[in-house]
Amino acid sequence: MTSDERILRSSPLRRLLGRPELGSVVGALAVFVFFAVLADGFLRPTSLSTVLYASSTIGIMAVPVALLMIGGEFDLSAGVLVTSSALVSSMFSYQMTANTWVGVGVSLLVSLAIGAFNGYVLTRTRLPSFIVTLGTFLMLTGLNLGLTKLIDSTVSTKSIADMEGFASARAVFASTLTVGGVDIKVTILWWLALVAVASWILLRTRVGNWIFAVGGNKDAARAVGVPVEKTKIGLYMGVGLGAWISGQHLLFSYDVVQSGEGVGNELIYIIAAVIGGCLITGGYGSAVGSAVGALLFGMTSKGIVFAEWNPDWFKFFLGAMLLLATLLNAWVRKRAEATK
Amino acid sequence: MARFRTWAGIALAGALTVSVAGCSSTGGKRAEDARAAAAAQGRSAVNTPRWTFAMITHSGDGDSFWDIVQSGAKQAAVKDNIDFLYSHDDEAQQQAQLVDAAVDKKVDGIIVTLAKPDAMKAALARAEKAGIPVVTVNSGSAESKKFGALTHIGQDEGVAGEAVGEELNERGRKKVLCVLHEQGNVGHEQRCAGVRKTFDGDVQSLYVNGTNMPDVQSAIEAKLQSDASVDAVVTLGAPYADTAAKAKQGAGSSAEIDTFDLNAKVAAGLRSGELGFAVDQQPYLQGYEAVDLLWLHRYNSDVLGGGRPVLTGPQIVTKDDAAALEEYTKRGTR
Repeated sequence: MTSDERILRSSPLRRLLGRPELGSVVGALAVFVFFAVLADGFLRPTSLSTVLYASSTIGIMAVPVALLMIGGEFDLSAGVLVTSSALVSSMFSYQMTANTWVGVGVSLLVSLAIGAFNGYVLTRTRLPSFIVTLGTFLMLTGLNLGLTKLIDSTVSTKSIADMEGFASARAVFASTLTVGGVDIKVTILWWLALVAVASWILLRTRVGNWIFAVGGNKDAARAVGVPVEKTKIGLYMGVGLGAWISGQHLLFSYDVVQSGEGVGNELIYIIAAVIGGCLITGGYGSAVGSAVGALLFGMTSKGIVFAEWNPDWFKFFLGAMLLLATLLNAWVRKRAEATK
Repeated sequence: MARFRTWAGIALAGALTVSVAGCSSTGGKRAEDARAAAAAQGRSAVNTPRWTFAMITHSGDGDSFWDIVQSGAKQAAVKDNIDFLYSHDDEAQQQAQLVDAAVDKKVDGIIVTLAKPDAMKAALARAEKAGIPVVTVNSGSAESKKFGALTHIGQDEGVAGEAVGEELNERGRKKVLCVLHEQGNVGHEQRCAGVRKTFDGDVQSLYVNGTNMPDVQSAIEAKLQSDASVDAVVTLGAPYADTAAKAKQGAGSSAEIDTFDLNAKVAAGLRSGELGFAVDQQPYLQGYEAVDLLWLHRYNSDVLGGGRPVLTGPQIVTKDDAAALEEYTKRGTR
């Protein structure tokens, strides 16, 4: 009989308490019940599909942002990167008169390259990610507007709806499936797939261990042979990938892109990840949590409309929710550690 | 603790004394209440059922222009026995989702702005499928009919710009600065393009960050200092006219300041001669008419405009009109 604590089987309840997303799940349930009672029509299938869609447009980006935060870094350029990605895709197809899939491919390369640039500058200069990505954020904001104006001579792109490949690309990035009379937007599927893949990477692969390690203690991770630089660059490229999916969705839903948009969304992605249990200092969090955080955001932003409240108060609620969720997360984590 | 209580008591007593003794006989809340009491009384004038209309705009948070649109819509809603819901978002995607939410709520009518028309297309198609009548306001006159809306109410931005260009010609101006305070706003680009079209002199665009007033002021100031030949500045929003006037003082320039849209400050500026003229698109009318037209459509199947936009502007406002308008701008209806 051994009593080594490392091979003790922990009880299911204790394992549940140790999950990063537990606090946010409790919060999400509370918000759901709250709006179900107060907001007329919130529980209609069509309303729920609108809420899910709103959540998915945030959630697709919240997944890679959460992974990045677990890895101990920030990305303030994530919001405008989505717009950049859509702009590149649209303008390349239009200007080259190419099949829209060519633009989509080029956009993927550019988005990944911008992500890699962020990661490379970060690891090379040793500057904090806050500064590096703030620089990228400002540069991209200017590039989005400047290049669009230079190439299209207006502030939005020209429509590519009549070009070859548009229909199939729309089917992939922006179609709507009707299941039993309810519209399910394809972004919801993208979102679920991303959450599943990210969870698998985090919990079942060596790369996942690296991500937790570089976020927890960079120097210790390097000492035991974790490729810190590669991991961080990879995480930023992950944000590029998410931005590419979101950007293509924007483009193929509306077939015209406004160059000035996306500013400020990076904070919403970070909020979703933090509400979902990611620690701002890194080394702790989950992909599922970011999805729950995005769902909370979607429920609140649309729930206020269904409840017919004055939208002026939305930001106030969002801020209060962020504080409450983070406090709840901290409390749950403390309890979990105390019962170990 | 005891000491704290003593101090708090003294502070409270002091505040009360000051507020009683220091009454202002002009302006303030009391004057506002008197104005409100003098304004139209809020009572429903019809006995149609209580319908719900939702208005979804592309406004950012805390925008003075959209406040006036809203107050017009609310006034009409009171008269027409309407439950009026308002929501807004400056991101196209979010705005489309808000329209979706209104359709999900099964409202009886939708009022929407098409500043980013392509983003609204699918949402408006959903509204049409659900049989909800739509009126577009303010922006999107070109797309309104195509998207199945009953009517569009607003001002053609190009036409408004052209009116400004003509007015500037009459005033003998040679070089104009067009100040764009929202990068990426198509309507703003159209306004400056309209000015360019009719103005005989030179038109220069200046992009400023509209969410940061000191930044706007310093940008205009720098431009006026570096180019003394600029003899007119056109701002695209009422709050920016005052800022441009400050910049003009700072730069020691003699340029005339003109602006799109009105507010209390602009009306006062027109009266004092600080501003040359303003181009009003009557936002109150846009909100009011939108609600009223939806009501008429529900009640009587009426449609206004004969398939063409119903224009609420441009109306050139000068010193002569300022006195009357000043009172209305204070009331928040012009």
